[in-house]
Amino acid sequence: MSITEILFWFLSAMALGAALMMVTSKNPVYSVLWLIVVFFAISGHYILLNAQFLAIVNIIVYAGAIMVLFLFVIMLMNLNANNEPQKNQWSKIAGIIAGGCLLLVFIAAIRQSEALQTQLLETGGETGLIHLLGKTLFTDYVLPFEISSVLFLSAMVGAVVIGKKGD
Amino acid sequence: MPINYYIILAVALFSIGVAGVLTRRNAIIIFMCVELMLNAVNLLLVAFSKMHYANAVQLNPASTAGTEAQLFVFFIMVVAAAEVSVGLAIIVMMYRNIHSVDINFLNRLKH
Repeated sequence: MSITEILFWFLSAMALGAALMMVTSKNPVYSVLWLIVVFFAISGHYILLNAQFLAIVNIIVYAGAIMVLFLFVIMLMNLNANNEPQKNQWSKIAGIIAGGCLLLVFIAAIRQSEALQTQLLETGGETGLIHLLGKTLFTDYVLPFEISSVLFLSAMVGAVVIGKKGD
Repeated sequence: MPINYYIILAVALFSIGVAGVLTRRNAIIIFMCVELMLNAVNLLLVAFSKMHYANAVQLNPASTAGTEAQLFVFFIMVVAAAEVSVGLAIIVMMYRNIHSVDINFLNRLKH
């Protein structure tokens, strides 16, 4: 068993366990913290796949910016107490069964595919490095990149307009 | 490393996100489960980009296949950041109007 496989299994167990803890924990603050653990595990997977730029962007954008936004909102609303009353147990069981059925259907579909069973990954090369990604982004994909800045501007204006007090 | 492992990991994360959306009633936690599903899809896209590279590098050793998939992941992250800011503003507005983030109170269309 090579070091890559050990790291893969460790990061997978970390991601799945933290995701389960995020879904099941009562306190929303703990949910946010577990979700940050999931994002770090996924960033570790990106590094294992030699997608270094995406690993750094994932940590900066998700674990750094988005999760801080979630934490701010939770703390502003004073939600860190458990105020989710257990009303209907059956809908919870039905949700878990539905998620498990989705997982079963996906895995059955993967097992059906002959081509995927023998397919290997190649993590070498320069595909995920910032040099090549930046060159492609600013030559072939420069128009979507500029349009995304307009998207950010409209999202910022929209957040301010929606979140403004009074009307 | 076979691609199957990454597909099953991403599918498991996605299913945990779906189960979370279906079982939880706190709007913020539902939103976080949606983020988890987005990340599972991102992981799958990166794994497929490496699979594409593995197929292309056998024909041409200097191939740079798979770069576009990683740029798609980058754009997904960009859109997710914009989406989170607007979604959290909507949740704050909902909390200000009904003083709760429980989605069971959002049943005005029922009456």
